[in-house]
Amino acid sequence: MNELENNILELKDVSMIYGAGGQVKALQNINLTVVQGEWLAIMGPSGSGKTTMMNIIGCMDRPTSGAVILDGQDITKLSPRALTAIRRDKIGLIFQQFHLIPYLTALENVMVAQYYHSMIDEAEALQALTRVGLQDRAKHLPRQLSGGEQQRVCIARALINYPKLILADEPTGNLDEANEKIVLDLLRRLHAEGSTIIVVTHAPEVGEHAEKTIFLEHGRVVKTTRNR
Amino acid sequence: MFCQMLKGALMRQKGKLSMIAFTMALGVSLATAMLGVMMDVGDKVNQELKTYGANLSVVPRGTSFLSELYELEEEDGEDTAPNAANAQKAEKYLAEDELVKMKMIFWAFNIVDFAPFLETAAVVGGQPVTLVGTWFDKHLDLPTGESVDTGMKRLKSWWDVTGEWCRDDEDGAMLGQNLAAKLGLKAGDFFEAATPDGAGRKRLEVRAIVNSGGKEDDQAFVPLRLVQDMSNRPGLVQRVDVSALTTPENDLARRAAQDPNSLSRKEWDTWYCTAYISSIAYQIEEVVTGSRAKPVLQVAESEGAILRKTQLLMLLLTVLSLICSALAISNLVTASVMERSSEIGLLKAIGATGAAVALLILTEIVLTSMLGGTAGYFVGLGFAQIIGRTVFGSAIAVKGLVVPLVAILVLLVTLLGSLPAVRMLLSLRPTEVLHGR
Ligand SMILES: Nc1ncnc2c1ncn2[C@@H]1O[C@H](COP(=O)(O)OP(=O)(O)OP(=O)(O)O)[C@@H](O)[C@H]1O
Ligand SMILES: [Mg+2]
Repeated sequence: MNELENNILELKDVSMIYGAGGQVKALQNINLTVVQGEWLAIMGPSGSGKTTMMNIIGCMDRPTSGAVILDGQDITKLSPRALTAIRRDKIGLIFQQFHLIPYLTALENVMVAQYYHSMIDEAEALQALTRVGLQDRAKHLPRQLSGGEQQRVCIARALINYPKLILADEPTGNLDEANEKIVLDLLRRLHAEGSTIIVVTHAPEVGEHAEKTIFLEHGRVVKTTRNR
Repeated sequence: MFCQMLKGALMRQKGKLSMIAFTMALGVSLATAMLGVMMDVGDKVNQELKTYGANLSVVPRGTSFLSELYELEEEDGEDTAPNAANAQKAEKYLAEDELVKMKMIFWAFNIVDFAPFLETAAVVGGQPVTLVGTWFDKHLDLPTGESVDTGMKRLKSWWDVTGEWCRDDEDGAMLGQNLAAKLGLKAGDFFEAATPDGAGRKRLEVRAIVNSGGKEDDQAFVPLRLVQDMSNRPGLVQRVDVSALTTPENDLARRAAQDPNSLSRKEWDTWYCTAYISSIAYQIEEVVTGSRAKPVLQVAESEGAILRKTQLLMLLLTVLSLICSALAISNLVTASVMERSSEIGLLKAIGATGAAVALLILTEIVLTSMLGGTAGYFVGLGFAQIIGRTVFGSAIAVKGLVVPLVAILVLLVTLLGSLPAVRMLLSLRPTEVLHGR
């Protein structure tokens, strides 16, 4: 594998310290590379820094020190505005709490991402919903959908702009087993189609699907495993 | 998509937004009523003050203040007939042919218009009516060779006249609207008027109906010479109203008004050669035999002052009600933004700039406010009528200007009220709300 050429993400010596006096060392000297098309799982106990790491990778936070190179660009020194643009163009986000807009239909929730990205295209948005198996529920409001269905809308929204990187923080945390399976199947299909996926999870069975798993503890990588 | 999001937000959050609309409606209804009343009433009075200018009333010297008061009251009442006979005995008069001299005093050019009056009680169709003889559009030739046109047509240019102004040389009449309604007469009709003793009798044509908004609405105006004929008082008038341009009063003018003889020679010269209302009055008294010219400005001025104070009060109320609306809106919008923080964080996370989110939320709030404002505007129109009827005793014609004014106020109040919420919204970081911390 020609990893050097295909690195989509590289963390070099990344640390994140919350609080002025350096009280909370959420991340300490993390080094990590993710290649194009890879599926990475991040596991670890609560408070180990998983979400912190996702926020930095997802251009929503800047590390206290170290460098983050995303798609060949160092994003550590960028302005919040520039970070917003990169997030919009390169990242697809999936949340544990779905975060659908309550007064918009499933279809409109997908189209919102199109709108802030570039142009809306209803047919394409409907196609994305079809991919997650919700074509019949396009006109329904989030409160009319089950948790699993809402998460599938969230996935459709995350992939509508063809992101380089899909970030999912505990995507199955709020779902039962049946829905967990549906969501994992969706992620697996996306991966099979070539998407790069980083998923944070507590559940070992979710981690098993990934090609590589890193284990965090107290903001450090304590173990890396490869599943294949 | 923007519209779709707006539509979704507006249609599916009716409950939350209706509070904002209601608050706005409340504030706007008060503001509309206050502004409407303020501007309409102010306009009417200003117009009158302007048209009257510095008004002078010239009456025969010796007409006691008491009888003037009595006369005023009587004119307001409906029935003036019984007093005519004894009033006539005690009454003193001015000579009509001396009035032209008013245009020959030092301040002749400041005397813009004037009209004499002579009243008589009369009976029309069995009803008592006050006939007021006057000049409508009188042409006067001055001994100096110049000529002047003056009379009611100029003095009361703000009258709302339906029909033609009466000419001084015809047997016509202009009826106040209340009187016309009482007698069932309209422009073009003929009627017969007679003095109560039956001595004088005239057949007159109604030339016009007058809406003045004052006591004139109950009177009938006819050419001066007709009243002189009917009541057998040739060449006499009871009162002359004069519209004069004047210099605002100062200390000197006030002292002179008390007693011109108290001034030093130099002060007297200054006073006499300045267009104070008192010096004009003094000069009129000099040329019209047995006359007393009294400024009626003080009355108008104090009325104006009270009105201005009332207007100020209403303005204050308007401002206060708008401030309250702004505070209430501020609370509501802040609460709504807090409640929607995860939605706002999400929009930012998927690539919306702070400005874009602010625009969306603000548009939503402004539209809601406008809706509430529109409802409030119409309620306010109703309030204005109630206030007009109960406080000022007249219907209020709310000026068109109120609409844009209120719209701007709504916008201002909404935007100012939303300011804290917008600041919060802009500083909100997606990481703070998206992971359920
Ligand atoms: N904004 C913040 N300010 C201060 N401390 C923070 C902040 N965000 C995170 N932390 C701290 O950083 C550490 C890592 O938090 P993080 O949310 O990344 O953990 P996590 O691995 O996602 O935990 P969980 O599995 O419970 O979601 C924790 O000790 C947390 O308290
Ligand atoms: Mg977390």
